[in-house]
Amino acid sequence: MSTPRLALHGISKRYPGVVANDGVSLVVQPGEIHALLGENGAGKSTLMKIVYGVTRPDEGRIEWEGREQRIDSPARARALGIGMVFQHFSLFETLSVAENIALAMDGADSPAALAPRIREVSERYGLPVDPDRLVHSMSVGERQRVEIVRCLLQAPRLLIMDEPTSVLTPQAVQQLFVTLRRLAAEGISILYISHKLDEIRALCDVATVLRGGRVGGRALPREESNDSLAQMMIGRELAPCRLTPREAGPVELELTQLSLPSADPFGTALQGIDLRVRGGQIVGIAGVSGNGQQELLAALSGESRVAERGMVRLGGQPVGDLDPAQRRRRGFGFVPEERLGRGAVPSLSLALNALLTGAGKGLVRRGLVRPAAARAFARTIIERFGVKCRDERSVADSLSGGNLQKFIVGREILLAPTVLVVAQPTWGVDVGAAQLIRQALIDLRDQGAAVLVISEELDELFEVSDRLGVLAGGRLSPLCDPATTSVAEIGRWMAGDFGTAHTEASHAAA
Amino acid sequence: MLRLERRAQPSRAMRVLAPLIAALLMFVTGFVIFTVLGKAPLAAFEVFFVKPLSSMYGLGELLVKTAPLLLCALGLAIGFRANVWNIGAEGQLVVGALAGSGVALAWGETESHWVLPAMLLAGALGGMAWAAIPAFLRTRFRTSEILTSLMLVYVAQLLLSYFVHGPWRDPEGFNFPQSRMFNDWELLPLLVEGTRVNLGIVFALAVAALSWFFTEKTYAGYRLQVAGLAPAAAGYAGFSEKRNVWLALLIGGACAGLAGIGEVAGPIGQLQPSVSPGYGFAAIIVAFVGRLHALGIVLASLLMSLLYLGGEQAQIDLALPSAITGLFQGLLLFYLLAMDAFVTWRIRRVRRA
Repeated sequence: MSTPRLALHGISKRYPGVVANDGVSLVVQPGEIHALLGENGAGKSTLMKIVYGVTRPDEGRIEWEGREQRIDSPARARALGIGMVFQHFSLFETLSVAENIALAMDGADSPAALAPRIREVSERYGLPVDPDRLVHSMSVGERQRVEIVRCLLQAPRLLIMDEPTSVLTPQAVQQLFVTLRRLAAEGISILYISHKLDEIRALCDVATVLRGGRVGGRALPREESNDSLAQMMIGRELAPCRLTPREAGPVELELTQLSLPSADPFGTALQGIDLRVRGGQIVGIAGVSGNGQQELLAALSGESRVAERGMVRLGGQPVGDLDPAQRRRRGFGFVPEERLGRGAVPSLSLALNALLTGAGKGLVRRGLVRPAAARAFARTIIERFGVKCRDERSVADSLSGGNLQKFIVGREILLAPTVLVVAQPTWGVDVGAAQLIRQALIDLRDQGAAVLVISEELDELFEVSDRLGVLAGGRLSPLCDPATTSVAEIGRWMAGDFGTAHTEASHAAA
Repeated sequence: MLRLERRAQPSRAMRVLAPLIAALLMFVTGFVIFTVLGKAPLAAFEVFFVKPLSSMYGLGELLVKTAPLLLCALGLAIGFRANVWNIGAEGQLVVGALAGSGVALAWGETESHWVLPAMLLAGALGGMAWAAIPAFLRTRFRTSEILTSLMLVYVAQLLLSYFVHGPWRDPEGFNFPQSRMFNDWELLPLLVEGTRVNLGIVFALAVAALSWFFTEKTYAGYRLQVAGLAPAAAGYAGFSEKRNVWLALLIGGACAGLAGIGEVAGPIGQLQPSVSPGYGFAAIIVAFVGRLHALGIVLASLLMSLLYLGGEQAQIDLALPSAITGLFQGLLLFYLLAMDAFVTWRIRRVRRA
């Protein structure tokens, strides 16, 4: 056997109160696609930060191509030939794509000189990116593409990918896999962090499973089932969510010919969107971000005003001219795509974050905050949704992404909305927590609420939706029944081709 | 090569200590400056920081100057916490003084218990009205309140100049640009005989307690805090940005206006071409040195007041220029900003790759 590309021996890392990694060993061979699996808080991110030189281990050795190395900075890691695509992006919003990439290249290439190379790499790997666009105008999904392209430009010998596919269409995922396999065939090793078990089984040669900071198991994913992998990861069996058919109630949320020019010059304008969501119904909207999702969400929440108040209706009443707080008082709940900074205030405690949208739940009386009530509400959210944190006094940005998501979804659900709009409910959330969030959405639907889920994860939408549509280029496809529609068909719609759409929508309209 | 790097976990203790260390560094630099100017540093320090406090009268003066600084800084801090950058407290103070004085001058010489409360109310309203201009411009036209509030300071000072040189000049004042002296019932009552300490400091402390209550306990205070910490979260929660901007500026204006009428109906006793030695600007430093927290601002305003007194004393005893006060203010702010930078960032030596 050849010299391993990367070998970790007994890596340990302790933080006050937490052991993030405990004696983790891992060997990656040249040209191997190696999966790193684990729930949130299992220690995957810490381990990868150690390999990438962001964090230093308390104990353990790192061997790179047979020689022991001290990787004390990301620049050192890049010099060795390690590239990483982070789950949370490190892009400067006010700069263009090419400028961002030039900054990260540690070299003297000017943005203008890089632009053609960016175009070439992005085309070759099916990751459309315009080098001249400003990052602040890009959606989360588009920003991730920039990160991937940026890494590929550095011609790494080990590529670490932290949940790279959550923002791609199924076709683009397949295309990325082709790319990754080609890279592997060229001898590049890939460390692939994901919670999507199907993908890991399709793509990866070897899997290391982390549980509670330790290696919980090693497996050849092609010989395992989703269930057996999931079990290795969470240490118990996972009950799938159940969407039992039920009679839908009256229309609670209605969009009529909603058109909205984008506030952002690079955004996507919404064009004549018609949508009805009934009580007791979950409608899923698929699509790659950047196709009008941000604009649609802002129009729904009230953060953007629409031209005519009748374009958006809640419970039959026009609300197009109401602000977010007024819509909330009419039973509207909303989980935004960005958790930190929009869905929660990073530097405030969970108790004060419960107050962010929970004022109507008796947390404010005569203009005064009732701190005890806010703490109690936060504790209820933490208990009901299994949010892992010290207590309700923890500040929001001390929580992992998945746990904060559970908190925000939990907060909005416990406010008992009649209409709940959720964007990317389980982005970056581990399997166990994702299951819990999906089940909570289904429970809310079973209590008669109308739920609209806007997600890029097709599997998820197929699992929870009663009706399913696609947003592409600012237009909404007709809604279909997920039980009788194939993933490939939805994938075609995601590319903007509604020609194959069922005529079911015309029945509904009639 | 040196590089600034963000610290993973800014120290809480250092956050609290930073203003104290900044004050210490200010003293050290002052020591050097006195030495270079050829003054015996220890003696100069005594003149600057000890002598003003060594008499009952001096302590009284400390409180007299603390009152307007404290009032202005408290109002500004509420705005700063919400990312509303009112730089024009000085102008709001001047207009407050004008409005309050206007009430007294319009009322005439008849004694009444209602004149003083009416003057105070008019002062606060005057400050609010002046602050309403940047609030309107920001919410209507998205104009930066930093620029508009600052420019309105100079407009306010010209306005004051117009009134004391023109319509409100005391006809029996030998053509000096001043209003008539206010009567006893138009002045804030003195608290301690033999000093100039008046009711103003009590108002200022009451406002400090109110501001603490507002920021810590009220929902409106919470909304302003969220708007400052995470504007997108405030938008998501439906906290109106316009309402926050109006609220922050009106509170700041009212406090500064109250400070203004407190000056003319207090230690000055009449309208003059100048009613403040830059309290409204110094209050910006006070607000930051006090960490935008009510208690911190109380302490910081005492320190700033001492700098004013020490500067005056140094002019008299050491023949130093009046710029010495501004110099110490500048040093304090400079060191505080530097300290804050090092609380969140650290310097690392890196080899060039």
